[in-house]
Amino acid sequence: MIGEILSATFITGLIGATMRMATPIIFAMLGEIITERSGVLNLGIEGTMLFGAMTGFLVTMNTGSLWAGVLMAAVTGIVLSLLMAFLAVFLGLSQHVSGLGITLFATGLSMFIYRLQFGSPVVPPTVQPFTRVKIPLLSEIPVIGPGLFDQYVLTYIAWILIPLVAILLYRTKVGLIIRTVGENPFAADTVGVNVNLTRTLCLAVGGAFMGVGGAFLTLAHQNMFLMDVIGGRGWVAIAMVIFGNWDPVKGTIGALIFGVLDGLQLRLQGFGLQIPFDLFLMIPYLITIIALIGVSRKASVPAALLQPYRREDKGG
Amino acid sequence: MKIQIVKRKPLPGWTKIAIPVASVLATLIISAIPISLAGANLWSAYRALFYGALGTRFNILETLVKTSPYLLTGLAVAFAFRAKFWNIGAEGQLLAGGIAATWLAVNVSTLPAVIMLPMVLLAGFIAGGMWAIIPALLKTRLKVDDVVSTLLLNFVMIHIMGALLFGPLQKPNASWPISDEIAAAAKYPLLLARSRFHLGIPLAFVLVFVVWFINSKTVLGYRSLAVGTNIRAARFGGIRTTSVLLVTALISGGLAGLAGVGEVCAIQYHLMTDISPGYGYTGIVIAMLGNLHPIGVMLASLFFSIINVGAQTMSRMTGVPSYITGVMEGTALIVMLIFLLMNEYKLRVVKS
Repeated sequence: MIGEILSATFITGLIGATMRMATPIIFAMLGEIITERSGVLNLGIEGTMLFGAMTGFLVTMNTGSLWAGVLMAAVTGIVLSLLMAFLAVFLGLSQHVSGLGITLFATGLSMFIYRLQFGSPVVPPTVQPFTRVKIPLLSEIPVIGPGLFDQYVLTYIAWILIPLVAILLYRTKVGLIIRTVGENPFAADTVGVNVNLTRTLCLAVGGAFMGVGGAFLTLAHQNMFLMDVIGGRGWVAIAMVIFGNWDPVKGTIGALIFGVLDGLQLRLQGFGLQIPFDLFLMIPYLITIIALIGVSRKASVPAALLQPYRREDKGG
Repeated sequence: MKIQIVKRKPLPGWTKIAIPVASVLATLIISAIPISLAGANLWSAYRALFYGALGTRFNILETLVKTSPYLLTGLAVAFAFRAKFWNIGAEGQLLAGGIAATWLAVNVSTLPAVIMLPMVLLAGFIAGGMWAIIPALLKTRLKVDDVVSTLLLNFVMIHIMGALLFGPLQKPNASWPISDEIAAAAKYPLLLARSRFHLGIPLAFVLVFVVWFINSKTVLGYRSLAVGTNIRAARFGGIRTTSVLLVTALISGGLAGLAGVGEVCAIQYHLMTDISPGYGYTGIVIAMLGNLHPIGVMLASLFFSIINVGAQTMSRMTGVPSYITGVMEGTALIVMLIFLLMNEYKLRVVKS
C-alpha cells in the first residue's frame, strides 16, 4: 500500500486535488487581505461565499452560462460587502458584530432563495460544471504537469491574482493608499485621501473575490448547491490571512497546506485506511492558532484594523 | 452636501425598552418582503407563525424547549462580551459540554439520577469552561486575538467530536457517527405531561437570574464590567485583570457547555455530529439583541425561539421555506445595531 501511495498517479492526483481545494480559499483569502489591509475585518466572508455559491448556481441554472453565474456571484459579493460597508464603515458599528450579522443574514437568505426556487427535491438539481483546461506542453511534464496544469480556468485565475494582489498592495500608489488607510487613517485623511471611500471600495473588491470563491464550489468543484457547501472555508480563509501575516504569497502557502490535507483526506479514505481523519482536518486550525501567537509578537496586523474612522475623534 | 454622524444628547431611559421593541417590529416589517416573494399572504403567514409558536399548550411548551439552549448560549456570550472577552466560541464550548456529558453518561450507568444529574451538569460546565479558558489564556498571556482564536477552536472541537464519534464514543457496530444512548439516570426528567418540557428549561431561567445577580450584586460582576469598560484603568485600580478574565471565560464557557448537556440529556439522548444547529453562533446575535443584559437575553431568546418554532408551522401552512428564520435573525441583528447607534449618534446633513 505504501507503494500505491508513493506512486506517480497518486502524487499527480494529490497535486491536482490540492490546487482545486485551495482555489476557493485563495479567492476568499485575497479578498479578505485587501479588505483587512484597509482596516476592515469582514466576518461576513462565510455568508458572502455561500451567497455567491447559491447565486452562481442559480444563474447558471437559469441562463445556461457558467460565466454569467460567476459574474453574478461577484456582483452579489459586492452588494453584500456594500451592506457591510454601510454598517461598519459609514455607521462605524462594531466590525465583528456587523460581519457576523452579514454572515447570518446572507446564509439565511441563500437557503431561503434556494428553497423558494427548487423546493426540497429528493435529488438536488445539477448543472453541467466547468471542465478542466489543459495547458499545452506544461501539462505534459511528468508527474507534476497533469496535476498543476490540468485545472479549471478559475484556478488559473486565482493563481494569477496572487501576484497581482501582491503587486497592487506593495508596488502601486493605490496599494500605498490602501495600506496607509489601514495603518493610519488620520495621516491618510491629512493628505487628502477619502478614508471611508477607500475602505468601501476595498470591501467591494474583496466581496467580489469571496463571491467567486463560493461560486467555484458549486460550478467547478461540485455541480450542485448543498447547504453546507462552504463548510467553514470562509473562516479558514480568515485564519489563512493571519497565518500569512496579511501577505498574499504567505497566505497562499497556508491555503496550500489546507488543500493538501483536504485532498489527502479524500484520497486516503479511498484506500479504506482507518485513520481518524478528523485529527487530520484539525491541523490547519491548530497551525493557525500557533501562528497567531507569533503574529501577536510581531504585530504586523494593520494598526487601524477594527477601528471605525470618524474625523471628529481626533479633533479634525 | 454631506451626511455626517455626530454624537447626540443621551435619550431618555424609556428608549432602552423602545429600541428592542422597535427592532422586532421593524424585523417583522422587513421580513414581509421575502414572505411576500414566497407568494404567501402576509396576514396568514404571520398568523401561522404566532399560532405555531404560541397557539396551543403544546406549542408554547415546544417554544420553551427551544428557548433553553438560546438562553444558555446567549447568556454565555453576553457575560463574556461584557468583559470585552470576545467569545465567538460558544459553539465549541457547547460541544465540549455535550461530549463530557455523553462520555460520563455512557460509561457510568450505575448511579442514581440524584447523583448522576449534578455530575453531568458539572462535567459539562467544566468542559465548556476549560475550552473557553484556553483562548482567555492565549489572550492574557500571549496577546492572541480572542475573536479569531475562539472561532478557530470551534472547528478544533468539531473535529475532536468527529474523531470521538468515529472512535471511542461511537456506538458499537454503528456505521454512522453517533454515540450509544446515555444512561437513563442522566436524562433530564420531564416535568409536564404530554410535552418535552424538561428540567433544563427552569434551570436556564434560573441561570438568567443568577447571571443578573453576578453582574449587578457581586464583586466579580463589578470587576468583570470594569475590565470590559477600561482594562488599563481597571489594572491601575488594583483589579487583577487576568484572573477576572479567566473566571469570566470559565463562567461563559460553562454556560455554553450546559447548553450542550441539555441537547444531549434532554433532547437527543445521543451525541451526534449535528447536535447543535449553530446555537453557539445564534447566541452571539441573542447577546447583542439583548444588549448584553440577562433580561434582554431572555427576551431575545424567547423572540428567536418563537420565530424558529413558528416558522415550521408557517412553512407547513403557507409554503414559506422555514429558512426564513435565518433571514429574520440576521435582519433583527442589523436593525438593532442601527437603532442602538441612533441612540447615541444622529445623522446630520452638512452643507459645504
